[in-house]
Amino acid sequence: MSSALDLRDLHVTIAGSHVLQGVTFDVPQGGVTALLGRNGVGKTTTLRAILGLVPSTGDIRVLDHDVSGMATHRITRIGVAYVPEDRDVFSGISVNQNLRLAEQIADPRYDEVYALFPELKTRGKQLAGTLSGGQQQMLSIARALLNRWPLMLVDEPSKGLAPKLVTEFAAVLERAAESATVLLVEQNLSVVRRLAHRIVILDHGEVVHIGEASDLGDETFVRGLLGVGGAS
Amino acid sequence: MSTFLSITFSGLALAGVYFLCAAGLTLIFGLMDILNFAQGAFITLGAYAAYELSLHLPMSVGTVPIFLLAIVGAIIGGALAAGITEVVLIRPLYGRPMSQVLVTIGLDLAIVALLEGIFGSNEVAISVPTWVNGATHIGQVVLPNAAFLALGAGVIVLVSLEMFLRRTRYGIIIRAGVENRGMVSALGIDVGRAFTLVFVIGGALAGLAGLLNTIAFNSDFVTPIQGDSLLIFTFIVVVVGGLGSIRGAAVAAVGIALLQNYTNYYLGNHPGWSQVGNLSVVLLLAVVLSVRPRGLFASVA
Repeated sequence: MSSALDLRDLHVTIAGSHVLQGVTFDVPQGGVTALLGRNGVGKTTTLRAILGLVPSTGDIRVLDHDVSGMATHRITRIGVAYVPEDRDVFSGISVNQNLRLAEQIADPRYDEVYALFPELKTRGKQLAGTLSGGQQQMLSIARALLNRWPLMLVDEPSKGLAPKLVTEFAAVLERAAESATVLLVEQNLSVVRRLAHRIVILDHGEVVHIGEASDLGDETFVRGLLGVGGAS
Repeated sequence: MSTFLSITFSGLALAGVYFLCAAGLTLIFGLMDILNFAQGAFITLGAYAAYELSLHLPMSVGTVPIFLLAIVGAIIGGALAAGITEVVLIRPLYGRPMSQVLVTIGLDLAIVALLEGIFGSNEVAISVPTWVNGATHIGQVVLPNAAFLALGAGVIVLVSLEMFLRRTRYGIIIRAGVENRGMVSALGIDVGRAFTLVFVIGGALAGLAGLLNTIAFNSDFVTPIQGDSLLIFTFIVVVVGGLGSIRGAAVAAVGIALLQNYTNYYLGNHPGWSQVGNLSVVLLLAVVLSVRPRGLFASVA
């Protein structure tokens, strides 16, 4: 197997707006690859296109399977876990029911999930919509970890969270990346520097840079492509 | 007082019929974003399926078994029609909600025309056991037996649906899908199966409602347009209850049916006021939407 994920000439148009304009990059096996860029350049759309959640053209290969045009649930079952940008836990059902829905293998890794997030066990019967933002993020990541899927698509896990929680979630993803390939969309560059070994930068719906995470040490480079200070 | 109690009981029975029609419709909209205008045809098909069975089963079977089989026939007739509709007409149009709505409107018109072609536009009568057309007297209050069936069916279906939605995996998938079906798919779940299941449930309940409406409110007569006559109130129940909410549909069905019955009885006898019951329902819809634009219980299945 050459790479965990391979995108070639990916185009997405949403409501007349050409959001992705020929995105091409691959994600090698193992570790964390960060997908970076300013707000609105198409990072989330790229993840959604990989999962078939938005219509796209181009070639998408996931774990050596051509998934172009495939239904979302079939793509997931190839071995893709997804942590969406806004957690998207199901607020009207319980924590336990949220986890049960995510089960796709005979022996889901509840022991590991509860070891990482003990609160999910004690709050099992609580409606997910009544959890705090941090607890909802725990649940969202827990759903992604249950099945030992080899590829994880993780969209801004630190968004809206307190610094202490960001550090905790970064540690969890670091551990997850020991056994899975992670494609991480993240605005928090300190998290990216800690986790990622490789970066892909998007701008105006196109890939403008592919390199090592160490490239983020260059202040001018970071300001030029991401529009933020290198220390953020 | 006895009149008031009779009207109230009749209103609750009508609520049972409205709820049966609305339960599937609200789940279909909540999960699939489709306003299913063919629900009226499923209601009518259920009634005609019951009529056909009651007509062709030998009387030696007995009137009660024939009636019970007619109930089963109405449920299966509605479920089959809805299942075939979803697989053949709706599924190829996923992602095109406007086309799906137009298909259901066309299907409804086509089924009504087909039924008129087969059975004529005049009403036909279903044979029912004597008890169904009788009444139970409690003191001064006269309660039609058919209304007991409509009310009982509504309550049983409400409790069963609540249990199904809360305790079974498919029920939980449907509730989660009403909230965010994209995320359900992203967890590896085939939402298409849930779509078909919801359509079949909706059709089965519509078919049952068609038969119960026939025996409780239509003097045992079936007509090709009876489903469409119910459909307008069904949509109002769904919107007032909150699109996607079963509990909302139940509460709205009770409120709307009681209001309709009370206004019809107490105000409908005035010259020119014969439609006051229908008018009151539309006014209630306007008031609820102005106060709670997403209905009483928004999208909580």
